[in-house]
Amino acid sequence: MSADTKQPPKVPFAWHGTLERNVTILAVCAFIAVIIGGLVEIVPLFYIDNTIEKVKGVRPYTPLEQAGRDIYIREGCYLCHSQMIRPFRDETERYGHYSLAAESMYDHPFQWGSERTGPDLARVGGKYSDAWHVQHLTAPRSVVPESIMPNYAFLSNTALKAGEGGSMQGELKALKLAGVPYTDEDIAKADADLKAQATGNGTDLAKRYAKAQARDFDGKPDTITEMDALVAYLQVLGTMVDVESAAAQEHLAQEKGR
Amino acid sequence: MGILVSRAGLWLVLFLFCFIAMVAAQDSAFAIHMGICALAALIAMWHGVMRPDYARVARGQSALPPADTSLYDDDVIRWATIATVFWGMAGFLVGLIIALQLAFPDLNLEPWFNFGRMRPLHTSAVIFAFGGNALIGTSFYVVQRTCRARLAFPGLARFVFWGYQLFIVLAATGYLLGVTQGKEYAEPEWYVDLWLTVVWVAYLLVFAFTIVRRTEPHIYVANWFYLSFIITVAMLHLINNLAIPVSFLGARSISYFAGVQGAMVQWWYGHNAVGFFLTAGFLGMMYYFVPKQAQRPVYSYRLSIIHFWALIFLYIWAGPHHLHYTALPDWAQTLGMVFSIMLWMPSWGGMINGLMTLNGAWDRLRTDPILRMFVMSLAFYGMSTFEGPMMSVKTVNSLSHYTNWTIGHVHSGALGWNGMVTFGALYYMVPRLWNRPAMYSLRMVNWHFWCATLGIVFYAASMWVAGITQGLMWREYGADGYLVNSFADAVAAIHPMYVLRAFGGLLYLTGACFMTYNIWRTIAVGDQRDEKPLHNIDQNRDKDRPLIGQPVAVPAE
Repeated sequence: MSADTKQPPKVPFAWHGTLERNVTILAVCAFIAVIIGGLVEIVPLFYIDNTIEKVKGVRPYTPLEQAGRDIYIREGCYLCHSQMIRPFRDETERYGHYSLAAESMYDHPFQWGSERTGPDLARVGGKYSDAWHVQHLTAPRSVVPESIMPNYAFLSNTALKAGEGGSMQGELKALKLAGVPYTDEDIAKADADLKAQATGNGTDLAKRYAKAQARDFDGKPDTITEMDALVAYLQVLGTMVDVESAAAQEHLAQEKGR
Repeated sequence: MGILVSRAGLWLVLFLFCFIAMVAAQDSAFAIHMGICALAALIAMWHGVMRPDYARVARGQSALPPADTSLYDDDVIRWATIATVFWGMAGFLVGLIIALQLAFPDLNLEPWFNFGRMRPLHTSAVIFAFGGNALIGTSFYVVQRTCRARLAFPGLARFVFWGYQLFIVLAATGYLLGVTQGKEYAEPEWYVDLWLTVVWVAYLLVFAFTIVRRTEPHIYVANWFYLSFIITVAMLHLINNLAIPVSFLGARSISYFAGVQGAMVQWWYGHNAVGFFLTAGFLGMMYYFVPKQAQRPVYSYRLSIIHFWALIFLYIWAGPHHLHYTALPDWAQTLGMVFSIMLWMPSWGGMINGLMTLNGAWDRLRTDPILRMFVMSLAFYGMSTFEGPMMSVKTVNSLSHYTNWTIGHVHSGALGWNGMVTFGALYYMVPRLWNRPAMYSLRMVNWHFWCATLGIVFYAASMWVAGITQGLMWREYGADGYLVNSFADAVAAIHPMYVLRAFGGLLYLTGACFMTYNIWRTIAVGDQRDEKPLHNIDQNRDKDRPLIGQPVAVPAE
């Protein structure tokens, strides 16, 4: 620095020099700049009432369905299949009623997807038989010749090891902690429920999980396989809410902010 | 001596901790991962014990001879350079394989090598392994040179590098074993996320304190971008990966957010992984290496201020454009769209500032393929930051969303902008880091340039056609008022485009092979390839003479 005492000429953006000379001020200003957008867009979603319109029928997944969902995530199905039907004529005719926010309110994490290399699965439940799903997952091109889906034959041969340490209780507890309304009874009976649903005999599953379908899903009644769980999950997708019923239609007509 | 013992002790404790976790693990994937961590801790301990010079310690001196402080601390940068090339090749190769899997589904090998497990391997390898190592390497290179100071905390800088490699190995092996959170670009599970958080905080400390140690009065613009990238990625990573582990001895966790809120948080993260990891950080790279290679100062200081603040402020808002027409409330979708369109301007501010830096040096594009790579990367940056705002318009998005158009868009940015600017930076740094006069071959750089450029053209063009074909076929109605095509019809229709895309990927990988050989040869041998220079006007001394003893030329008429 010279001992020049002359006033420097007025330079545009000279104020910015303060930021450029102090890494703390620069970092704090940058952090303030990047935090605003997220705050405005995310925080209100937790407070505005009509973000998720209450809809009748949405329930937590049964332990077997949740275990199937874990396989769906493990295999990266969400990378090719969306679970979010947009409100367009062609989509609602192809896949069914457009997806409602409430339908994924217990999905930790959401599986809306970003790509349709394969078709949307938001309402695939009940559209095909269990046998079709098993055949399709085992060898997709044997039922859809144009399909480019990988084979998942190993699911039928892999015994289901649901949850951590062979029990779904821990996973249901974690889900409850994250806000899914499982009852203490649901958690206590988690493994019995799983077995009951995959074999079709026993427990009061249907009383606690509305419309839960209990049967042998994979055509192998003697074992509970990963195929059982995945098909059970696929068969429940989009079936919890009766969107076509008059009451549901009326409720949707009153929705605001859509 | 005390510090040596306590450090070795720390690694020993970590080793025991991981070893116990491995033995008690609830699932095999977690056991394998804890085994890898235990091995890493063991190597770190062995390194800490074997490296010091105990003769010096006995004399009461520091454990290692003091580093030559007249030089920059470039060890980590050399490692990161090699890691960038290695992970780049791995990521491109897996990309080619999954492209071929989509064209020829029999290439899926269940269960470990099915598309669903390979795709996160590809995306993480190219974004976080290739891109991440490029960012760590270049940021340490640039921050030292623009601050005129050596790295702060050299030990911590080495930890950042090796810790980051461990993160990559855990993430990559996890995907093949089926360990994933199920959130795009945030697939690693809770314990890998925690580890990355530790590494990232160390990265921030090394970077910020190197700036604090600077001998230059001003912080150079490249460092603003690097700094905002490091801070923002930390914020995004922490919030989006909030999860409840099912068991502290198992791989699975439950994502804290669900449904609508989960989708918003995920794409706030996802879009800004693009905005900060792949844009702000790489703009930092651009702001150092483009002026250096062009030997011209940055075009406009004022533009860099405006576009820096506008870019980081606006980018954060753009996430909801990934969720148009979904169950996300309309107000959030509209905000996302409006800010995405506004984002076009600061993005082009960066492109203009980079391109105009070449004022007065444009002729060198003919002879300098490295400079050409930078210019091409800026051109692709400009193209994809125009295409992005366009696709975020809801009307356009209704057609483009869920189709391969998105894939094409991402790759024109990733292969064009991120890939090319990284290649350019590598070609700039390698001769300087290994003390060589120049790269082994400039012609090979030229081949790389053309292979990569042609590859991107094939890739982007085929994906545009595929995406628009899908979008139109899905919504096509016949005169009878029914949908014309089944979903499978659209899958069959784009098969040729999948093949062309794989060809584009093959070209891109071929170019990268040239680079790998070129860099290996420069480092390992350090000679110059005997080749025709790229620009040489023939001197032809024989013809440079007066005409003697020949008839005088006569006009024709």
